Amino acid sequence: MTIKTVKDAINDALVQSFEEDKNVILMGEDIAGGKGREQYQGTQDAWGGPFGVTQGLYTKFGGERVRDTTIAEAGFFGAAIGAAMTGLRPIVELMYVDFAGVCFDQMMNQAAKVRYMFGGKQKVPMVVRTVVGAGFRAGSEHSQTLYSLYTHIPGLKVVAPYDAYDAKGLLLSSIKDDDPVIFMEHKRLYMTSCEVPDDLKPIPLGKGRIRREGSDVTIIAIQRMNLFAEEAANELEKINISCEIVDPRTYSPLDEELIFQSVKKTGNVIVVDESNPKCSLASEISSLISEKCFSDLKAAVIKITAPHTPVPFSPPMEDFYIPSTKKIIDAVKKLKDV
Amino acid sequence: MIEKEKINWIYKKIFTIRFFEERIKKIAKEKKVPGYLHTCIGSEAICVGVMAALNQDDWISSTYRNHGHAIAKGCELNEITSEIYGRKTGICKGRGGSMHISDFSKGMLGSFGIVAAGPAVVLGAALQEKINKSNKTCVSFFGDGAIHNGAFHEAAGLAKLWDIPMIFVCENNGYAEATATDWHLNTKELSDITKAYDMLSYIGDGNNVFEVYDITKKAINEAKQKNTPIFLEFKNYRFSGQYEGDTQLYQPQEEIDKAKQNDPIKLAKENSSKYGLNKNDLEKIINEAKEEVDKAFDFADTQPWPQPEDALEEVYVNYPLEINR
Repeated sequence: MTIKTVKDAINDALVQSFEEDKNVILMGEDIAGGKGREQYQGTQDAWGGPFGVTQGLYTKFGGERVRDTTIAEAGFFGAAIGAAMTGLRPIVELMYVDFAGVCFDQMMNQAAKVRYMFGGKQKVPMVVRTVVGAGFRAGSEHSQTLYSLYTHIPGLKVVAPYDAYDAKGLLLSSIKDDDPVIFMEHKRLYMTSCEVPDDLKPIPLGKGRIRREGSDVTIIAIQRMNLFAEEAANELEKINISCEIVDPRTYSPLDEELIFQSVKKTGNVIVVDESNPKCSLASEISSLISEKCFSDLKAAVIKITAPHTPVPFSPPMEDFYIPSTKKIIDAVKKLKDV
Repeated sequence: MIEKEKINWIYKKIFTIRFFEERIKKIAKEKKVPGYLHTCIGSEAICVGVMAALNQDDWISSTYRNHGHAIAKGCELNEITSEIYGRKTGICKGRGGSMHISDFSKGMLGSFGIVAAGPAVVLGAALQEKINKSNKTCVSFFGDGAIHNGAFHEAAGLAKLWDIPMIFVCENNGYAEATATDWHLNTKELSDITKAYDMLSYIGDGNNVFEVYDITKKAINEAKQKNTPIFLEFKNYRFSGQYEGDTQLYQPQEEIDKAKQNDPIKLAKENSSKYGLNKNDLEKIINEAKEEVDKAFDFADTQPWPQPEDALEEVYVNYPLEINR
């Protein structure tokens, strides 16, 4: 057992995938950094992406497989699709998910659809690694989560791991997967750590995880919201309220059964999602529960999400924007009438 | 000197495409098939001339105006017509339709409904060829309308930066939908746009199939030799509307009449003796082409419709849960 940060776990999964399969390549903006200044010492691999997650790959595997791109997401996303169709397993880095708009056509209309609309003859085994999340004082265009944007599209798979264990296991799976996968990394989780076995096996997509067993309330927590759910559960335990925390981990496919089982057990449900509320994962999960588990519910499903606003910059406003431990505790107390 | 077999192939294909598209115009008028139809009457020589320079397993991308590319790349006529008719035995199992005729097993990466989606995808295939030290030729077809789209420029920039020997083929047919090319261009020549990428470019007569073939063949060799992308602009005229049913009010009659003098089929016929085909040879090829096209349309008409639930298939290679919950 080794304690790893999410950042290092992702780097490990990339290195392992590069070593296992020569068809794996990585493309993105400044995933190495220092291109054009190779003649100076210390410039190579200067960045490893904006959070240093890919650092060392260029040095280890070379510029043919680790390709710094121009700031041209439509160009290199399209290239990833063509490369994937013809035999490579490209991983592309979308520096922030907020940049999805400039290359959304490639994901929505090409990556997601070529298999279906051209008669099932080809596949697009590519992974988009992207950085999501508020709480970095990064303003409206570098802080969104946008989970549901990609989850909405048939043909794409969506993964959003919370801890280092899941990050490594799910990334290994995503790279081996034959469909296009959006792999979302939360910037506020990169430096969090947990035990990650060195020989961790890939974790299948579509399998959620019960992070804490409980009997009174089910808290379904999306990515970083697991942190607040855990804190809330610890507090609520002190007043004898037992919370079960469900981390779906992947959103397309979604482990509906795991969610329904927990709902049947507790009858009380709170969904916590850092995204904006309209057409969000929270609203999707909530609707599924009312459709499939209506008779098991003791009360209406409660959604705790960000407000219907862009992410604000100033700390008091941004902290207000993000769902909190307190909001979860208050919601549970209200639900349990204490 | 072009070998006899290739000359016959060129003639067969160019007539097949024209007959095919004329039949499409007819069934469109009769409202015999569902959906949008885009014919390529006027660009047959580009489809055939470029493909004559390729092998079957070379990679191409096409657009919603793809019938000619698909026919020239070797897709089965019966499967193309069945697809257009929306039948289960269509080339895309009825899930694509006329705008998405594409057969991966024939080297088609896709026929995209989004203008300028293709160049970046072909860039990726060419990057794969480069990394795997393979040597398949990679060609992206697109129209003059795509030249302003960002995705084209992003692909062009990366192709040049990464020394990717892919071929950009721009079919300059005079119109981007209902907008004249001479109005929408900011440069004198369309291919001047590639100067920003320091990319080699050549302009050819898109009505002359042999000129297209010659330029493409040379460009492929040069691109591979110099490890560089090359941009080819073939000028032609879009006799068809943007889609079948387009009133074409924006295309003046005198312009159409003038263009007809350079109709690629007319030129091919006129040049036939120069390429060693006598009148009988030519007639035989024309009759065969017509017969094959007619048969393919009759075939499609007899094909079964897909089951409604077939719509749920092949969204993913592997999806652990039921899609239609």
